[in-house]
Amino acid sequence: MSERRASFTGPQRLLHWLMAACILAMLFIGVGMVSTVTPKYLTLVSIHKPLGIIILLLALIRLALRVRYGAPPLPAGMPEPMKLAAHLSHYAFYAFMIVMPLLGWGMLSAAAYPVVLIGSWRLPAILPHSDRLHTWLWDAHHYLAFAFFALILLHVAAALFHALIRRDGVFETMVPHPMPDDAVPDLEERHV
Amino acid sequence: MAQPIPVGRLALIAAVVGIGAAAFAYTAGWLSPHRITPDKLVDAIAPPSGPALGHRRNHAKGICFTGVFEANGAGSEISRARVFARGEYPVVGRFNLASPDPQAPDGAVPVRGIGIRIATPDGQEWRSAMIDAPFFPVSTPQEFYGLLTAQQSADPNVIKTFVAAHPTVAAFLGWLRGAQWTSSYAEDRFNSINSFVFVAASGKEQVVRWSLKPMAQPVFLSADERAKRGRNFLEQDITQRVRSAPQRWSLVVTLANPQDPTADPTKAWPDDRRTIDAGTLVARQIEAEPNAPCRDINFDPTVLPNGIQTSDDPFPAARSAAYSVSFNRRTAEADSYPRTQSGVKP
Repeated sequence: MSERRASFTGPQRLLHWLMAACILAMLFIGVGMVSTVTPKYLTLVSIHKPLGIIILLLALIRLALRVRYGAPPLPAGMPEPMKLAAHLSHYAFYAFMIVMPLLGWGMLSAAAYPVVLIGSWRLPAILPHSDRLHTWLWDAHHYLAFAFFALILLHVAAALFHALIRRDGVFETMVPHPMPDDAVPDLEERHV
Repeated sequence: MAQPIPVGRLALIAAVVGIGAAAFAYTAGWLSPHRITPDKLVDAIAPPSGPALGHRRNHAKGICFTGVFEANGAGSEISRARVFARGEYPVVGRFNLASPDPQAPDGAVPVRGIGIRIATPDGQEWRSAMIDAPFFPVSTPQEFYGLLTAQQSADPNVIKTFVAAHPTVAAFLGWLRGAQWTSSYAEDRFNSINSFVFVAASGKEQVVRWSLKPMAQPVFLSADERAKRGRNFLEQDITQRVRSAPQRWSLVVTLANPQDPTADPTKAWPDDRRTIDAGTLVARQIEAEPNAPCRDINFDPTVLPNGIQTSDDPFPAARSAAYSVSFNRRTAEADSYPRTQSGVKP
């Protein structure tokens, strides 16, 4: 369903960098807030919750764009294991971006905490009050956060590996550039 | 033909990843062994024998109640929270002893507490955890951690030195020595200790503290009388009282004057400060903790409705962080909690 493009579409690139900032902030806020007893705790928690919901919404929009526009093909010369790792990492990113906020929302629900976004804006509980559920969701949210950060480090390393060592154009598919998509020649044609 | 290995560029990649990982580790506190984390604070509360698994890490012994808050409308002058509009709002609460031991004899713990959760029809909640002391022994969460670790020290000079260096602790010990112990939770006055900010419909902010003042006449027990009572006498008493009639406390809100210390819970405000009687807490039913609704509620004092906010008092944030750790631990240990505990039957 997706056309072959030389790079991600403008909206995809915009969302990638916007979400990169949001998600990195989210992970740092998360590990920071659970390690402090200063008043920063409340400030960080009050950012963590609405930002998580924003990330969830952006991730769903991004998933729709990905389904609609696809991703540019990886270079033909890339070894198969690397291609496989690239594909799997993308699945993992979408899973983290969607599952992590839901785990957080679910864990607050299972603890019977009000899920306050801003002021009087609150979300309904999505799960019943339950010790067992809370423990399971809390553990998942906690450990997956570290896995998510590890995946991001791997992703950064891979992106830089493409940009600096392989120089195969993969990095450039996600770089913000002013060129409209229409001006990008179709990759298939270019290879002809 | 082998290409030369681009050492510089590989090193650059390694550096970027390494800096990212180090920044994350720093934020998580892994590189700051002296940072007081919520986990360390909760660990410091545990007795030397270790915490009672499945129980709250402090105020471990308690009994649940349900009832209502009858708002008389007077609080609406200074807070737009729905809970102050005239009406009746459901309450889940818990009377408790300030001890990490869930088996502590009721006559042996000098400080008592109450946790309440008031729900309003707009979907908001007000949670509060109060104690019957009129002020707190230390000014900051950092000092509180210092006090806890000093108490745990095997060297008795450590706590002596700490008390000598913190006159507020001596003042609290003085209050403890002179305090009269009532015969019932229904006779206790519970205080927020920490200050909060009420926000009026106009947006005007007012720093306050609040108390639950008992309507029952206090009967004071001597040390001898306390020693003769059963180890659960407070729980048995409140169960019997509420069974015969609902028990009541007035919610009295004290308004700070502009120069009053709002950030320091060791400093009680002068008695002449303006107060507003905002309504009545009514305990209508007592339930033993094991299968009652209060057991699984975290009475986090920062769960506040729109119209109440935290102030410059540093404790509510620290309490929220620590209560969350306590809640996470005890819910994970739910299997260790004695659900069929023999005790007071309502």
